[in-house]
Amino acid sequence: MTTVAIIDYGMGNLRSVAKAVEHVAPGHSIHVTCDPAVVAAADRVVFPGQGAMPDCMRELELRGLRPAVLEAAATKPFLGICIGQQMLFEHSEEGNVPGLGVFKGEVVRFRDADMVGADGARLKVPHMGWNEVWQGREHALWEGIPDGERFYFVHSYYVSPSDPAVTAAETLYGRRFTSAVARANIFAVQFHPEKSAQAGLRLLSNFIRWAP
Amino acid sequence: MLAKRIIPCLDVSAGRVVKGVNFVELRDAGDPVEIAKRYDEQGADEITFLDITASSDARDIILHVVERVADQVFIPLTVGGGVRTVEDVRRLLNAGADKVSINTAAVNNPQVVHDASSKVGSQCIVVAIDAKQTAPGKWQVFTHGGRNNTGLDAIEWAQRVEALGAGEILLTSMDRDGTKAGFDLGLTRAVSDAVRIPVIASGGVGTLEHLAEGVSTGRADAVLAASIFHFGQHTVREAKELMRSHGIEVRL
Repeated sequence: MTTVAIIDYGMGNLRSVAKAVEHVAPGHSIHVTCDPAVVAAADRVVFPGQGAMPDCMRELELRGLRPAVLEAAATKPFLGICIGQQMLFEHSEEGNVPGLGVFKGEVVRFRDADMVGADGARLKVPHMGWNEVWQGREHALWEGIPDGERFYFVHSYYVSPSDPAVTAAETLYGRRFTSAVARANIFAVQFHPEKSAQAGLRLLSNFIRWAP
Repeated sequence: MLAKRIIPCLDVSAGRVVKGVNFVELRDAGDPVEIAKRYDEQGADEITFLDITASSDARDIILHVVERVADQVFIPLTVGGGVRTVEDVRRLLNAGADKVSINTAAVNNPQVVHDASSKVGSQCIVVAIDAKQTAPGKWQVFTHGGRNNTGLDAIEWAQRVEALGAGEILLTSMDRDGTKAGFDLGLTRAVSDAVRIPVIASGGVGTLEHLAEGVSTGRADAVLAASIFHFGQHTVREAKELMRSHGIEVRL
């Protein structure tokens, strides 16, 4: 049995993430928690997030969770989701706030100039819906998931890593953007595996078994 | 490329699906969880519940429905109907909804769109607009099932709710709703071209071709339908295959 901590810093509903992890990890111990000690004791950590990054960073700090997140990201299997991925970077254009700096690079907004589809129609922001995730390289978390599989996205900002080697997947929306990053024990995605039907459940299941 | 979404809509009253359903081998034809699971298996991209519970005593039942569905169906779930306050929004999201749709309350008090999106994020807030054509190329916003003309221009209202923080618009033609004559494509196109947020077309779907038209001619980002799926006339998969044959990007 493994224990999984899902970090709750008070920004929105983590029920879907918890239920999806429970679904793929029956018999495991899943904790939705704001307690740094529970995060420290867990075998694996899921770092979700929704809403605006400045609010997320503020709430994380207020709850004293920054050291626990950094420690987990340095030491154990760690899955960032959506804003949880964005917060791992150095800085975001959204509210012009610093992030945790686990990865070098920026979080940037889709540019109006890029938002034109193949048929000339305007591409909407937020990028909302099912889009293709092109795996840049092999990774344990992609196991059993076809290259180009669709996952559910809802976001207006995306990460732009300084080091292209950390990119684990790209997605096309007006331009190619990084939709997953990976390094050592960290895997982080812009899409929502907990809302991505079978493909998303497979990714979560891979994470539960992952031994980086 | 981003896929165009197909969203089955279920009308729910006091915890039961109230429009007729005709799924083969469905044990309980009126159970929202069973029906949501079936749509998920067919490849629905999202599911929308419209709570039409009349009795105020029974209003909280929808929360339990949402909880049960969200525990078992891992695709996005939108809930609308009778949402008035930021607290209503918060309770539905906590129960497991991913998005909450606000209709009449947005007209009566536009500030609720701003307050709700500031609190929970634009991505969770859908504004439902019920529109009727009042002159060539002109549509106005109606409430109370099309009986009450608010006097608001539908296109201007769509732009206003975008500015207030809506993340998406659910656009229903009250002229077409229930007619099976197809979407009001002029309305759909006009609103979709006027805003930068996604638009879901609704009202009037009678054939699979209508769904394809909503996307190709109407430029909708998603299409919503109820009866075409409920009565077992077509599956979501058939709808997607037809759309793909028209060159529309779908998740199959």
